[in-house]
Amino acid sequence: MRARSAIVLVLAFAAALAWAQPDLRRWLPLARDGLHDPASPATRQLQEPREALSLLAPDTAGNQVRWVESLERGQIAPRSTIDPGTQVRVLDDEILLNLHGGTPIVRFPHRAHTLWLDCSNCHEEIFRSKAGANRLDMRKILQGEQCGVCHGAVAFPLTECGRCHSVPRARTGQGQAAARGATPAAPGAPGP
Amino acid sequence: MRANRSRAALVALALAALLPGPATGEYGDVVLNRRSEAEGVRPVVFPHWFHRIRFRCKVCHSELGFRMRAGSNVVTMKEIADGKFCGMCHNGQVAWAADRCDLCHSGRAGLRSGIQGGHETLGPGHW
Repeated sequence: MRARSAIVLVLAFAAALAWAQPDLRRWLPLARDGLHDPASPATRQLQEPREALSLLAPDTAGNQVRWVESLERGQIAPRSTIDPGTQVRVLDDEILLNLHGGTPIVRFPHRAHTLWLDCSNCHEEIFRSKAGANRLDMRKILQGEQCGVCHGAVAFPLTECGRCHSVPRARTGQGQAAARGATPAAPGAPGP
Repeated sequence: MRANRSRAALVALALAALLPGPATGEYGDVVLNRRSEAEGVRPVVFPHWFHRIRFRCKVCHSELGFRMRAGSNVVTMKEIADGKFCGMCHNGQVAWAADRCDLCHSGRAGLRSGIQGGHETLGPGHW
């Protein structure tokens, strides 16, 4: 009898946990983050990361925030311009990269990137706007070049392989042909 | 006895795992200390997370002219006071003005310039 009520209790607790989905994310307080001087008046006046970030779509890496999702769900509404005359450019296409490598194919979404960035942030300095004109190299990316200028610094870190290498590759050459055929980028669309 | 010792070691390991690791700020924090301490003020800690809640990357990295690589922007207080770079917003209208020195110059002594925040790769390695 006692065993049964214990089991019921445990099950009820597990159900409550599953229902409540506790937020296990933690952020260091500014005064203890190793960067801010605890004696600085700023640590009492600046916004704490937890206060702002705990309200946003949860993630397991980086700031522990899914920034694109937060933007699309309207949890944040960051301004696109300071000068009202500045043109806001958003490009909605996707480019498949790494078609012949060993890891899954990369699907690069221009839209998610241009929601945040202007074309000129990547083109023509980091990437040329011509499909096939950029030799992407994971070693360079890991050293902070190419995609690594942001990914590994401010955008989600390079530990999250599957977020870029997201299109499964069939094992045979047939699969590669299929992948090429699946390129969703419109003909003549700028490359990465 | 041996069982006790290994249990104690396990407990110590578990406790150590609960403690925060080496403190390095929030992901994407940038320390600017090329001139600060030499000029007698604390290093600047720039939080990317705080700014991107309010502004898209393109505002600072396109309109304001901040280049995308840590270390490639040398900004002086004179430029900020003249309304350039940080001064485009930190002018007392969009955000606090440049006379609130302590709010930006808030870092510990001896910090090295660069991107901080526990990125697990070399990050934008060329300061």
